[in-house]
Amino acid sequence: MSILMLLLLLAVPVLLSWPLGRYMTEIMNPSARSGDGTVAILMTKAGGGMLNREQEWKGYLVSMLIFNAIMFVTVAIMLALQQWLPLNPDGKGPLEASLIFNTTASFVTNTNLQHYAGEVSMSYFSQLFALTWMQFVSAATGISCLAALSRALAGNRLVGNFYRDLLRSVLFILMPLSVLLALSLVIGGVPMTFDGSALAKTLEGATQTIARGPVAAMVAIKQLGTNGGGFFGPNSTHPFENPSFLTNYLECISIPLIAMASVWMFGRITGRMRHASVIFSVMLLLLVLKSGIAIYLESAPSMAFKGLPIEVMSNLEGKELRFGSGTAAVWAAVTTATSNGSVNCMHDSLNPLTGLVPLAGMWLNVIFGGVGVGFINMFIFIIVGVFICGMMVGRTPEYCARKVETHEMKLALLALLVHPLLILVGTAVFASTTWGAGTVLNKGAHGFSEILYEFSSAAANNGSGFEGLGDNTVPWNVATGLVMLLGRYIPIILPLAIAGSMAAKKPVPETTGTLRIDTPLFAVVILGSVLLIGALLFMPVAVLGPVADYLSTSIQ
Amino acid sequence: MKTNILENSGADLATSLRIALVSLLLCGGIYPLIIFGFARFVFPESASGSLLRNQAGTVVGSRLICQAFSKPGYFWPRPSAVKYDASAAGGSNLSPAGPEVRQRAMQSVKDFGADPLRPLPADLAAASGSGLDPFITLRAALFQAPRVAGARGMVLSDVETQVRRHAAGRQTLLSNEGLVNVLALNMELDAMQKNKLAPRW
Repeated sequence: MSILMLLLLLAVPVLLSWPLGRYMTEIMNPSARSGDGTVAILMTKAGGGMLNREQEWKGYLVSMLIFNAIMFVTVAIMLALQQWLPLNPDGKGPLEASLIFNTTASFVTNTNLQHYAGEVSMSYFSQLFALTWMQFVSAATGISCLAALSRALAGNRLVGNFYRDLLRSVLFILMPLSVLLALSLVIGGVPMTFDGSALAKTLEGATQTIARGPVAAMVAIKQLGTNGGGFFGPNSTHPFENPSFLTNYLECISIPLIAMASVWMFGRITGRMRHASVIFSVMLLLLVLKSGIAIYLESAPSMAFKGLPIEVMSNLEGKELRFGSGTAAVWAAVTTATSNGSVNCMHDSLNPLTGLVPLAGMWLNVIFGGVGVGFINMFIFIIVGVFICGMMVGRTPEYCARKVETHEMKLALLALLVHPLLILVGTAVFASTTWGAGTVLNKGAHGFSEILYEFSSAAANNGSGFEGLGDNTVPWNVATGLVMLLGRYIPIILPLAIAGSMAAKKPVPETTGTLRIDTPLFAVVILGSVLLIGALLFMPVAVLGPVADYLSTSIQ
Repeated sequence: MKTNILENSGADLATSLRIALVSLLLCGGIYPLIIFGFARFVFPESASGSLLRNQAGTVVGSRLICQAFSKPGYFWPRPSAVKYDASAAGGSNLSPAGPEVRQRAMQSVKDFGADPLRPLPADLAAASGSGLDPFITLRAALFQAPRVAGARGMVLSDVETQVRRHAAGRQTLLSNEGLVNVLALNMELDAMQKNKLAPRW
């Protein structure tokens, strides 16, 4: 049953990603005939004349950074003023300063790490105008940057216009898909109301306050834009975010959809579809492996029930029954392969070894990854893989008909090392001080995993958590806020710099001596680079966290 | 050619502000309104939270949200780490191999009166992710049926028939387990007895 479920959960987005990739390419790189339609004129009206200016990679990045700075300031102001703003039927109060910083950084960077519970702290205004808005434009930022990278690797010095790309991704990619999904979720029972909490008099005579709100709109884009920030604290485990087997299915296949299509968009813009399918296969293989392992490990019963008169079933702690068996494990694998970070079960309550699956996904961060940025991360591994191969045969390495030289390699290695550095340094500091050690819920190795998970999630811009961690403290808010910002912008800036520098070079003719990037052999090279580099960097902490947790609880 | 990349920063700032405003109104305003309009007029029930009312019209809960039950005449839901607080949901976040979960499971075993000959269905010992899971498994409901029937003075087979009726239709191709909505089942039992005579407990 779980295997059939796995197939349905993964095969459908893979199939849908093909036409979507073609559509996304047509939107981002319109062919000449559809170029200057009414839509383009309307967009210029909305955005101003600058939308017609083609930018080099530096100008593109500057526009991206300025726009993201505006996003940051606007969201921070809205959150800081929420107690005075409208759409606040339950009278949510002011937010603490470091929480505002963390939440703003989190949503601007497409991470959606949440150190608050939505139904407790956020007004409907904040949920919609601050957070849902961010879920669109931060995802669009990722898609735009991938389009720019692809154009550069296709040999163009002018890589497009950031504002035009952003508007196109929001209007024609994210918006229609979100409307479609949100309407389906409403049909499936997800609330969409501006009324405040409902008061119920329970059958036993108590009073129950039932938080609700404009849920469907937010849930749709949080699933599609690899955002992951839910309306309610427990995210898609909450019956209002995810009421049934069917909504769970729709939400789960929405997680990897655009990230998968992004790979095809890259292939089409660069004109290297065979290369794209090689990369896609590597990513898919890793995703299937991850999901399969998670299903297997999670089918083991809770160790804590051993010897008690309780029926033997798969681990149900932190899980909801209506999604069916196996779906929580697949979701946990998919949401951390992509940088989504929404959850339909509590990751802290996964079996000790299963916890390694989401962690590994965030460490590699290239198994489809975030919308757009997932492939940008993979680009770094490709450059490193190409370089290693070039060194082995003693040729100057080439990629997309351009030489990869010292300058590019310096930037690539820097980009590669930022991610582990943020995770390992952060974990080391917090695990050895009360900043972290004083905030864990579970003791010992599992508590260490909570700290490790939090930094991995922040650096990977994922946003899920081992939520037992008491993370709404000033040190956690400031540290993970900074990690999210660094973990977002450095891995966008450096790859675009590499691609820009390559685009400025003379093309080299492809000969028989050129390393072919569209063969199964190259797939093995990339798989090897990803796994070996990932294993070398993170094996020690994996052993200290989940593995030690498993050993200490299974051997008694 | 050396150009200053910040030479357009004024234009950049102006454009950024315009695009920010346009996208803010679109994503935070128009988009939710479209979804709200559809929900409000086509699915008004689920749009406002699938609320359930008693015969007097008072809201007694939501079909999707679990509430606390402790009287023996009601079916009991899964454990909740947030005490079924639907205004601050959440899971236990405890390790399923840890001592706290074991402690809680031992308490559940005691509360439900399970023993090695009649072991407790696992969902009744494990807290749900939201703390608001409205369902229990068919087996967990049947396990409780004798207690409920006894407390209500009903014939066991009548209660079991109701349980099975509630579990049916929830079995789809891929969710292999029959599930029972605790609140809906309890409301039904109340209604059944109200039509005959007042509950005896």
